[in-house]
Amino acid sequence: MTFETILFFFVAISAIASALMMITRPNPVKGVLFLIVNFFCLAVLYLILQAQFIAIIQILVYAGAIMVLFLFVIMLLNLEDEAMLTDKKNYKTYIAVALAGGVLIELVASLGLVTNRMTSTISPEMSRLGTVESIGSVLFKDYLLPFEITSMLLLAALVGVIVLAKKKFH
Amino acid sequence: MTSVPLQYYLLLSAILFTIGVIGVLTRRNAIIVFMCIELMLNSVNLTLVAFSAFLGDSTGQILVFFVMAVAAAESAVGLAIVIALFRNKQTVNIDEINILKW
Repeated sequence: MTFETILFFFVAISAIASALMMITRPNPVKGVLFLIVNFFCLAVLYLILQAQFIAIIQILVYAGAIMVLFLFVIMLLNLEDEAMLTDKKNYKTYIAVALAGGVLIELVASLGLVTNRMTSTISPEMSRLGTVESIGSVLFKDYLLPFEITSMLLLAALVGVIVLAKKKFH
Repeated sequence: MTSVPLQYYLLLSAILFTIGVIGVLTRRNAIIVFMCIELMLNSVNLTLVAFSAFLGDSTGQILVFFVMAVAAAESAVGLAIVIALFRNKQTVNIDEINILKW
């Protein structure tokens, strides 16, 4: 067992545990906090996979910006009647879990089909490809148009959010 | 150099995606449903980064970058819709937001 393997299993188990805690807590604030734990676990996994740039924007953008937005909205809405939102367990819940289990079985069954041709170790040039310099170079040379379109998408989202969240529409 | 096989990353990603699906299907709070969607997006990102690392190609990481940009836009618009709904109906329970369902 190398250090990397031990770290992988520790982080993977905490990621699954925090995801399970997130979907079972009735309090949405606790859910957000467990989801942030999950995002940090994924950032560690990205570091194991030598994707440094993705790991840092995972923490900056996801844990830093998006989850703070969620916390803002939860505290802004001031949901008083928490008991009203607690979930009744009925037969629909079991059907939903069974269907999700079917999705898991399909995904696991597809694992054996695609991975035969893959190399068994992380590619050695990955430590060079995952850096901010390398990603930025690819992003601004080969993917410049999608990058610019992303800015238009964010602008459209910004305008849409302001229109939706305004008190009066006129 | 031995490392954790690709299958383990894909299996972890599949488990996280399934947890997200269970959350979307069983929870009634609209904000928690949004959080489960973020969890599913992240599990797919893990798949993309794992394939990118094992194939030695950075295209997967570029795609993760775009997924994160779209997720930021999606969560902002979704939360604005939740605020507008809460202002009109005083609830975020998705069972009571059924005006589109006839």
